[in-house]
Amino acid sequence: MTLTAAAVPALWRLARLEFDPVRQQRVLLYPEGVVLLNDTGGAILDLCDGRRSIADVAAILQERYRRDVTADVIDYLSQLVERELVRVE
Amino acid sequence: MVRADEELKTGDWMRVFTQARELGVLQLGLSGGEPLVRPDVEDLVAHAHGVGLYTTLVSSGVGLTPGRARKLRDAGLEHIQISIQDSDEKAADSVAGMRAVRQKLSAAAIVRELGFALSINVVLHRGNIDRVGEMIDLAARLGADRLELANTQYYGWALANRNALMPSPAQVAAASDAADEAMRRHRGRMQIVYVLPDYYESYPKPCYGGWGRHYLVVMPDGRTLPCHGATHITTLRFDSVRDHALRWIWEESAAFQAFRGDAWMPEPCRACPRKAIDFGGCRCQAFALTGNATNPDPVCTLTPLRAIIDKAVQEATGPPAYQYRYISLAPERT
Repeated sequence: MTLTAAAVPALWRLARLEFDPVRQQRVLLYPEGVVLLNDTGGAILDLCDGRRSIADVAAILQERYRRDVTADVIDYLSQLVERELVRVE
Repeated sequence: MVRADEELKTGDWMRVFTQARELGVLQLGLSGGEPLVRPDVEDLVAHAHGVGLYTTLVSSGVGLTPGRARKLRDAGLEHIQISIQDSDEKAADSVAGMRAVRQKLSAAAIVRELGFALSINVVLHRGNIDRVGEMIDLAARLGADRLELANTQYYGWALANRNALMPSPAQVAAASDAADEAMRRHRGRMQIVYVLPDYYESYPKPCYGGWGRHYLVVMPDGRTLPCHGATHITTLRFDSVRDHALRWIWEESAAFQAFRGDAWMPEPCRACPRKAIDFGGCRCQAFALTGNATNPDPVCTLTPLRAIIDKAVQEATGPPAYQYRYISLAPERT
């Protein structure tokens, strides 16, 4: 599946973001699994609320990172869509 | 099975959960036997949730009343896995079998109604694998979020009955096709995890992600294992959370050290690039089939021990049907 900037991503209903105080790291928890997130991954997923498009997410992050991150966001979310942890409309 | 008076008490389990979280554990599965027979499951769930564990109840579904389910939800339980055993299938026309199936269906409905994540787990074998398509449809009708279709692993009881349980190559190929097709059809609604029988694979499975890397099992009597099957390795001794902190067991105990890393590996495993993928495969299988837990996993086609697997498949299912996919044939050795 190829994601476009117009796609609207949301976390899987059963996945949730947490902070793990043991690892001092953000994690994505879901039935039978865990994804350990780096800062960028966490920042992207925080913005995936089922309303913002990938373009919206990238625009917000562009202000923070001072460069166009659209391709990075698409790459990152594509992996999670492949694993069915992120759903798109 | 252990007697109830030999089981860890409520406070022991709570201590273990706290120690597990401090060790970095994020996922907790409460299984059994049947965890619902413990009257303190709600308290255990509440404690696990309190320390930050994502908690799954692995149940037969029998005994899950709406009242009990509501209490579990309020305690913080997030995910319920209901197993559908082969015995249900066999006994499906008998009165008792029908009752068990009905209880599972009603448990699944309760689980969905209360908003839990629902997984259905089916263990496949020769007697039920042809109905894999029906099982997938049943899971979808039950509103499952996940469906695990796992082929029997041959340890202990299943190893003793291997000739009766092992599906034929044709059955495995047909079931794989049915599962592939269903995965596409249910994508986005129901996640389907299909675990091939490893006798039909070319390389061993990365058992639990490698020995002592991600996973531990605390038995009802307190003994702590790197995987469910580990007690079959009779040359190992497993320490108990009654005597030691979980961190010590994880980091220091002999059983958890036994097959960590690659120092224990024989050749061709130690020099093999696949060791980063499968961590040497399954130690329980190596022990069960060769009598030595440090041998290569005989599933691997890179070891001459593969002949053991090929012979077992042939004995159980007759001459191999070479035209099918998913069959791994050992290289010719002359």
